[in-house]
Amino acid sequence: MKISYNATAQLVIALIVILVVSILINNLTLNLIKTGLGFNFSWLFRPASFALAEHPLPYSPSDSYAWALFIGWLNSLKVIFYSLLLSTLIGTCFGLFRIGKNALLRLVSAGYIAIIRQTPLLLQLMFWYFVAILGIKKSIISPMGNLLSISNQGINLLGVTLSAEFTSLLLGLSVFTSAYIAEVIRGGINSVNKGQWESFRSLGLEESIGLYKIIIPQALPAILPGLTSQYLNLAKNSTLAIAVGYSDIYAINDTIINQTGRPIEAFIILLLSFLFLNLFISNGMEVLNSMVTRSTKL
Amino acid sequence: MPPIVKATNLTKSYSKGIFALDNVCISVEPGEVLVVMGPSGSGKSTLIRTFNGLESFDSGQLNILGITLEGHNNDERNIHRIRKRVGMVFQQFNLFPHLSIIENITLAPIKVQKKKKAEAEQNALLLLSQMGIESHARKYPSQLSGGEQQRVAIARALALKPELLLFDEPTSALDPERVNEVLDAMRKLAEQGMSMVVVTHEINFAKEVGDRVLFMDSGKVIETSTPDIFFLNAKHERSRKFLNQIKK
Ligand SMILES: Nc1ncnc2c1ncn2[C@@H]1O[C@H](COP(=O)(O)OP(=O)(O)OP(=O)(O)O)[C@@H](O)[C@H]1O
Ligand SMILES: [Mg+2]
Repeated sequence: MKISYNATAQLVIALIVILVVSILINNLTLNLIKTGLGFNFSWLFRPASFALAEHPLPYSPSDSYAWALFIGWLNSLKVIFYSLLLSTLIGTCFGLFRIGKNALLRLVSAGYIAIIRQTPLLLQLMFWYFVAILGIKKSIISPMGNLLSISNQGINLLGVTLSAEFTSLLLGLSVFTSAYIAEVIRGGINSVNKGQWESFRSLGLEESIGLYKIIIPQALPAILPGLTSQYLNLAKNSTLAIAVGYSDIYAINDTIINQTGRPIEAFIILLLSFLFLNLFISNGMEVLNSMVTRSTKL
Repeated sequence: MPPIVKATNLTKSYSKGIFALDNVCISVEPGEVLVVMGPSGSGKSTLIRTFNGLESFDSGQLNILGITLEGHNNDERNIHRIRKRVGMVFQQFNLFPHLSIIENITLAPIKVQKKKKAEAEQNALLLLSQMGIESHARKYPSQLSGGEQQRVAIARALALKPELLLFDEPTSALDPERVNEVLDAMRKLAEQGMSMVVVTHEINFAKEVGDRVLFMDSGKVIETSTPDIFFLNAKHERSRKFLNQIKK
């Protein structure tokens, strides 16, 4: 009885979804025909004729729009990847401070999390770009001699130059996401039974060893889903690159729409590239998750 | 020989006016089994948890194995020194669920005493066979019964060759038919001369294995007597009332 009810419900929902989607597709094609634009991707292979400040692979304005989009996608990947690492690092530190024994660090961490979470990301990006990086003026700060120098041109770290745009986006995304990751870490660790702490302590194990060997492995199943959603948010938030003038896929897509007048095709490409990126992230986390559950369950 | 535990006027309060420990004075001699009894909330857990620094205290003196513990802001190294020499067994076993039985037992010897893995495993297997559960060495805690898990917890505490073992209601979370296998293991340890402080409501164990019974109520030590006197002829009205209640 229950099964047939479920099956009917699912069938009805599926029909509704199919109906809505077909109405939308129908509208889209009708409109395209009406405006005389048609559905057409041939513009992808025309020269882009705009310059890009940052390109991990060779690029010149005579290259095609398709190549420009690909460069944008690589730029997005680059900033997402490094922000992912940096935000995890900062977030883990603040998450651990938040539950640690040191009262000052606990307070600092609580303040950090509150401030970062209560201001909009766009504002933070503006801060990093206009105040923290461009605000340095021409003077060069080198706190570690030749290893690291900071100026309004960006950062030079171990001979690698990071542009002001990339740096501010990296810092903005990382700091913003780290506050959420810190809460995820804290929540995960608090979900571990208090007895586990007492147990390793009573065996004379150091806090750091106990955390690493006993607490974190048991906290991971609770941490990973939250971490995945923060990573997906980070990827989506990276489109705010346009605000600081970093050439990510969204910014390049925007330029292309202005030049070609092909918003629908361009947005389909944008949509697919993000779908692909986020599927990649969530599948990667899923693999990690199943590895962890396999090793900690039983 | 100096006492293993010496507590003088140990006092602790969680909230104003309510004492978890109220001027507790107690000593444990080498090889002695001290049984701690008392109603719920009388401070039994709090007392034995101060003995390995899991719990702080407000005032009084505490000396464990010749090491003096301060009430607060202890030197971490002192607490560490004590924990290396004092084992603890909890009501809820608290085994590490993601580690196999043998890993549960060898973790501290390897990480704390810097033993070689092979040596630590050999010793762990010996302890497991003393507990009668060597066949479970490669299993995980959730695959064992409560009684078996608690015996693993005892083996884990023994792996550091402690000079004092603390038990906080080790059989309270067990099915009745599983209680004796754990009590028997503890009885054997007592026969081998292990110094133990045992919080328990098991009257027969207290009578047969205990050297002295410490009875607490509202954070105070009401009386400390040999089991013979405590169970047949308790000095204190409060003790007799408590015994009547748990015998029911
Ligand atoms: N973390 C805590 N915060 C506040 N009060 C506490 C805390 N732990 C214990 N107490 C209080 O201290 C008193 C002693 O508690 P304790 O756990 O030592 O009692 P117990 O004799 O072990 O009781 P039980 O037989 O229920 O285990 C109780 O009044 C209890 O409510
Ligand atoms: Mg208790």
